[in-house]
Amino acid sequence: MRPITRPVAALSAVAALLALAGCAEKADAGDDAIRVTATDTACETSRTEIAAGHLELAVENKGSKVTEVYVLYPDDRIVTERENIGAGTKANITAEIQPGAYEIACKPGMKGDGIRQKLTVTGGKAAKRDPRLDEAVAAYRTYVREQAEETLPKAEAFTEAVKAGDLAAARKAYAPSRIGWERTEPVAESFGDIDPKVDVREDGLEEGQDPEKDWTGWHRLERSLWKDGKITDRDKQLADRLLADLTDWQRRVGTAQITPTSMANGAKELLDEVATGKVTGEEERYSHTDLVDFKANVEGAEKAYTLLRATAEKNDAALVKRLDAAFADLDKKVDAYRDGPGSHDFRAYDTVREADRKKLSDAVNALAEPLSKLAAAVVGK
Amino acid sequence: MADPSHEEAAPAPSRRSLLGWGGAGLALGAAAVGGATALHRGGGGGAPAPDAVPFHGPRQAGIATAVPDRLHFAAFDVTTTDRAELAALLREWSAAAAALTQGRPVGGGATGGLPEAPPDDTGEALGLRPARLTLTLGLGPSLFAKDRFGLHTRRPAALAELPKFPGDNLDPARGGGDLCVQACSDDPQVAVHAVRNLARIGFGRVAVRWSQLGFGKTSSTTPDSQTPRNLFGFKDGTANIAGTDDKALDRHVWVPAADGPDWMAGGSYLVARRIRMHIETWDRTSLREQEDVIGRTKGEGAPVAKAGEHDAPLLTAMLPTAHVRLAHPDSNGGARMLRRGYSFTDGTDGLGRLDAGLFFLAYQRDVRDAFIPVQRALSRNDALNEYIQHTGSAVFAIPPGVRDERDWWARGLFT
Repeated sequence: MRPITRPVAALSAVAALLALAGCAEKADAGDDAIRVTATDTACETSRTEIAAGHLELAVENKGSKVTEVYVLYPDDRIVTERENIGAGTKANITAEIQPGAYEIACKPGMKGDGIRQKLTVTGGKAAKRDPRLDEAVAAYRTYVREQAEETLPKAEAFTEAVKAGDLAAARKAYAPSRIGWERTEPVAESFGDIDPKVDVREDGLEEGQDPEKDWTGWHRLERSLWKDGKITDRDKQLADRLLADLTDWQRRVGTAQITPTSMANGAKELLDEVATGKVTGEEERYSHTDLVDFKANVEGAEKAYTLLRATAEKNDAALVKRLDAAFADLDKKVDAYRDGPGSHDFRAYDTVREADRKKLSDAVNALAEPLSKLAAAVVGK
Repeated sequence: MADPSHEEAAPAPSRRSLLGWGGAGLALGAAAVGGATALHRGGGGGAPAPDAVPFHGPRQAGIATAVPDRLHFAAFDVTTTDRAELAALLREWSAAAAALTQGRPVGGGATGGLPEAPPDDTGEALGLRPARLTLTLGLGPSLFAKDRFGLHTRRPAALAELPKFPGDNLDPARGGGDLCVQACSDDPQVAVHAVRNLARIGFGRVAVRWSQLGFGKTSSTTPDSQTPRNLFGFKDGTANIAGTDDKALDRHVWVPAADGPDWMAGGSYLVARRIRMHIETWDRTSLREQEDVIGRTKGEGAPVAKAGEHDAPLLTAMLPTAHVRLAHPDSNGGARMLRRGYSFTDGTDGLGRLDAGLFFLAYQRDVRDAFIPVQRALSRNDALNEYIQHTGSAVFAIPPGVRDERDWWARGLFT
C-alpha cells in the first residue's frame, strides 16, 4: 500500500472558456509545450489540441494562492499532476499521452474540483512509436490481466476460510492471495479508489476514520487473524467486501493506461514499495509474511524490465548490464529465505535478524538506484 | 603554504573578486553575491569561491586544513566483489568530490535534466556556498583481507587493528568499514549533501555501514583562534598540531616514503572513536573534581599550577590520573596526533539521558606508535573513564591527495 492520495472528485466539465493566453514571452520549456497560466480564478491554456506523444505543460502561477495542475482522463483518473506550485512560480509537467479527450485542471488553493480546460490529443506521433515498445505494453497489459485473474480464486480461498471461521486455513491462504496484487500494484494504484479499500494499513487511515468501522481489506483481516487470533462476524463481512473489491479490480485492470514510461516507473515504484514497507517489516506487521510481498514486488518489477530490456539496451547498454546483475543478486538474496524453488513460502520476517535485513536493504538499493534510470533509457534520451 | 583554507575564517569576498565572477556591470552588494553563488551551484565555471578548499593536491584536504564547524562522517562496506568496479567507484567519487568541494553539483546537476530521469544531483545544496567543504577518503583494514580484491600484500603494517582496550563497549554497527568519507564544512547541509550524493553514486558497489554527524569541532588546527570546547565544557586540543607546523606534521602525521608502502607516501592514518559522555553525572561533579580529572582549569584552560592556557603544563603538578597528564606527549615517548574531533548529540536515549559525546578523529603517521600506546595508558588510568565510554571504533589508511583531474583516490593502490 501507499499513502492515500486525495481522490479527485467527479465533476462535469466546467466550461469556463477564457481567452487563450497570448505568447507574450518565451517559456523555458520546449516550443511544443502548452503554456498554462493559472490565477486564483482562471486556468488559461495556450492550446487545446496537440498530437499524441510527449506532452509538456509549462505552468506559471500568476495568482496569489498555491495551486495544483492536473491532466485528467474523462473519468477523472489522473494522467499526471503537479502539486504545490507556489504563487509567482513556474513548473513543468510532462507525460506520454495517447490520443483522446482530456482535461487540464488548475486548483487554486489546492482544493475543490479545479478550473477545467479541454485538451484533445490527436493521432500524430503515436503512430511513429517503436513497435517493440507497443509489443512490450501489450505483453505487460496481458500480464497485469493474468495476475488479477489468477488472484481471484486465491482470494476466494482466503475469504472462504475467513467466512468458515477457520483460523488456520485463513492464515495459510492470506499471503498467497496477495501475490498477484503485489506484482502489479502500481497499475492497480493508478485507479486511485481500489488500493485504499483493499490494501491500506491501520496507520494509513485518515484523521477521523475509525479503524473499527472504516478500515477494510487484507490488513484489517491480517490483524484479526494474527493479533486478535479470532474471526468475528464483521471479519466475515469484510471478507465478502474484499472479494467484491478485488473482482472490481480484475474487471477494470485491463483498461488501465499503460505506457513504456509508466511501466518503467512502475518497476521503480515496486522497488520503492520494497524499500519503504517490506524491508522494514511494516507491511505485514502481524503476519510477518513480508518476504512473500517482497518477492512478488521484485517479480513484478522484473517482468516490466524484461519486456523493456531490448529497447533500453539499445539506448544504454551499461545500465542494462547493471540491472541484470542487480536483479540476479537481489533474487538470490531473497530466495535464500524461500522454502524451496518455486515455493511461495518464505521465512517469517520477524525471524530475520537486523544484520540480514541490512543485506536485503543494500541489495534493494543496489537495484532501485539504476532502475530509476530505466524510464529515460526506454524513451531513448 | 599560501592556502586560503589555512585561515580560520573565510575572508569576505572582495568587491574585485565579485566583479570578476559576475562580469562587468553587475551591481555590487547582495545582488552580486547572489550572482556568484548561482554561478557556482549552477555548474558554471569561473574562479574558485573564497570559501572553497582546493581538492586537488599532494595531500588530502580535511587533515591539516582548518577545521570547519560541522561534520558528516560515513563508513561504507564494499558490496561488489569486482576489483575493477571498486576502482571505477573511486574514480567516480573523486570526480564528484572535486565538484562538490568547489560548490558545484555532481554529474549533470540537480535541474534541467531529462524529465523522465531523476536528477544526478539531489539538489539540497543549490544556492549554498562551498562553505569550506573537504572530503577525505580512507581505506579500512577489511579492504585488504585475503581473497577479496588481491590487496592483502599491499596492506600497510601501520594500518594496525586496534586492540580491545579496558572499558570499551563497542557496537559493531557503529564501527569498522571498508571505506570512509569524512565531510567537514561550515554548513551542515553541505556536508550531508556531499555524503548523500557519494552514497547514491555508490549504490550497488558500496553500502553505508554507519555514519555520524558532528555539530561542533572540539579541536582546531589553527592555534591563533579561540580553542574550542568539548561537551564537558573544557577547552580541547590546546596543544594540537597546527596546520602550519610542517615540521610536526612531517614527523607525526604524514607518512614519509621511507615508511612504505609506496602508495601511502604523503598519506596518513585515521583513528575514529565514538566516545559517549555521561553528561548528567559529569554535570553533577564539583568544579574542583572536574578540573582535577582533566588537569586544566575550566575557564582559562590553564594547566594545573599555571596561569595561562598556552603555558607549558607541569605534569607532575597534576594528579597521576589526570587526563591531560596521561595523554601528554611527554608521558607517551613523544607521541602526538593531529586531532579533529567533533561533539555529537544523537538525541536522547530511552532513559532520558543525552546520547552525546565526542566523535574523536585523530590523524597520525603510525597507529602503533601513537593512538594505541596513548589509549592503552588512558584506558587503564584516566580518571575521565568514569564519565566516558567508547562505543564505536574504526581505523583507516588515508591515501595521499588526488593530484589533478586525471588522478583519483587511492589510484596508487590499484595500479
